[in-house]
Amino acid sequence: MRRLSSALFLLGLGLLIAAIFKGMEFGTVAPIAGQLINSAAAEQVGAANFVTSVVLGYRGFDTLLELTILFTAATAGGLVLGKRAPNAKRDPDAGFILQAGADLLFPLLVVVGVYIILHGHLTPGGGFQGGVILASAFFIPMLARPGTPMSHTAVSTIEGLAGACFIFIGLLAMFDGEAFLTPLMDKGELGALLSAGSLPLLYLAVGLKVGSELAGLLAHLSESEAVD
Amino acid sequence: MLDTGLVLYSAAFGLILIGIAGIVLSAHLVRIIFGVALLEAGANLLLLLATWREGASAPIIVAGRVPEFMADPVPQALVLTAIVIGVGILALALSLALRVQRAYGTLDMHEVRQRMEQEIADQAGIDMPASSHAPAAVQAARQEGSA
Repeated sequence: MRRLSSALFLLGLGLLIAAIFKGMEFGTVAPIAGQLINSAAAEQVGAANFVTSVVLGYRGFDTLLELTILFTAATAGGLVLGKRAPNAKRDPDAGFILQAGADLLFPLLVVVGVYIILHGHLTPGGGFQGGVILASAFFIPMLARPGTPMSHTAVSTIEGLAGACFIFIGLLAMFDGEAFLTPLMDKGELGALLSAGSLPLLYLAVGLKVGSELAGLLAHLSESEAVD
Repeated sequence: MLDTGLVLYSAAFGLILIGIAGIVLSAHLVRIIFGVALLEAGANLLLLLATWREGASAPIIVAGRVPEFMADPVPQALVLTAIVIGVGILALALSLALRVQRAYGTLDMHEVRQRMEQEIADQAGIDMPASSHAPAAVQAARQEGSA
């Protein structure tokens, strides 16, 4: 009975959304804000990747708030899972294949992650994507060797420092009499690695913060005591 | 040939519907969480499609060449952060599910709800609340459970 009413509800909802879709004009709407940004971003921000210009330049404050949401989720996750009992049993270390694979993958993933973070203003990528790759680089060894856990103090120190750096760079702009998080420094040559002013630094802070936050969260999840 | 836009919109629409179906139809907590993840993917796709134009290239200048017709970077930036937040939400939801599993030994929503009601009734020292229209066998079983 409950399933039937749920299925009916779904059918009604589907028809409703379909009706709304039908009345909308898709693929023909002129992206006014986007066109303005596409024509002005290279001059104003100096990043070859306009998505980065939007994320860190035009709406950097939103990005800061989104980092706050991620931080809240990670903190809440740690709070919910609680501290591990000191004498709780740990999983045994994984087999040879996973251990050797983790050793091989770790440097590769770190290099790829840092590359993606540092080229965020030139190519698709950036702090969020590279940060997730960094997190996985530190999580795979944890899967291979559950007996040697990650240091949560180090992770939260990196996370706090990265967050503080982001806010500090934003505040520096205010000392210059600009708005909070206005891109600073010389814009440089469009498309060069050292260009777009302070955006690569901001993305580095974002990448470290996202990476350490996700690594800490995954470590919390994998370290929580198993139930029989 | 199929219209690309139509395919993409049906995909977004389908993902949203499958996600909602997972949330309302399944009783297993992990499946509900995966439903939320699918719903999120559909919403992200829809957000990207809001300013989608046929033949637009990525809004990136490669080697000094400015593409003639670039996609709108605003929804792309929004979705970029939304995906990461989605991961955070997924992890938080899974850790809550882990606590439920630890407390009740099951992830089935019906069973968990039953156990929670039972606990509340036991703490308050009252009978389990039951509908007066429930069959006699169900009521007897519930009373037996609380006794």
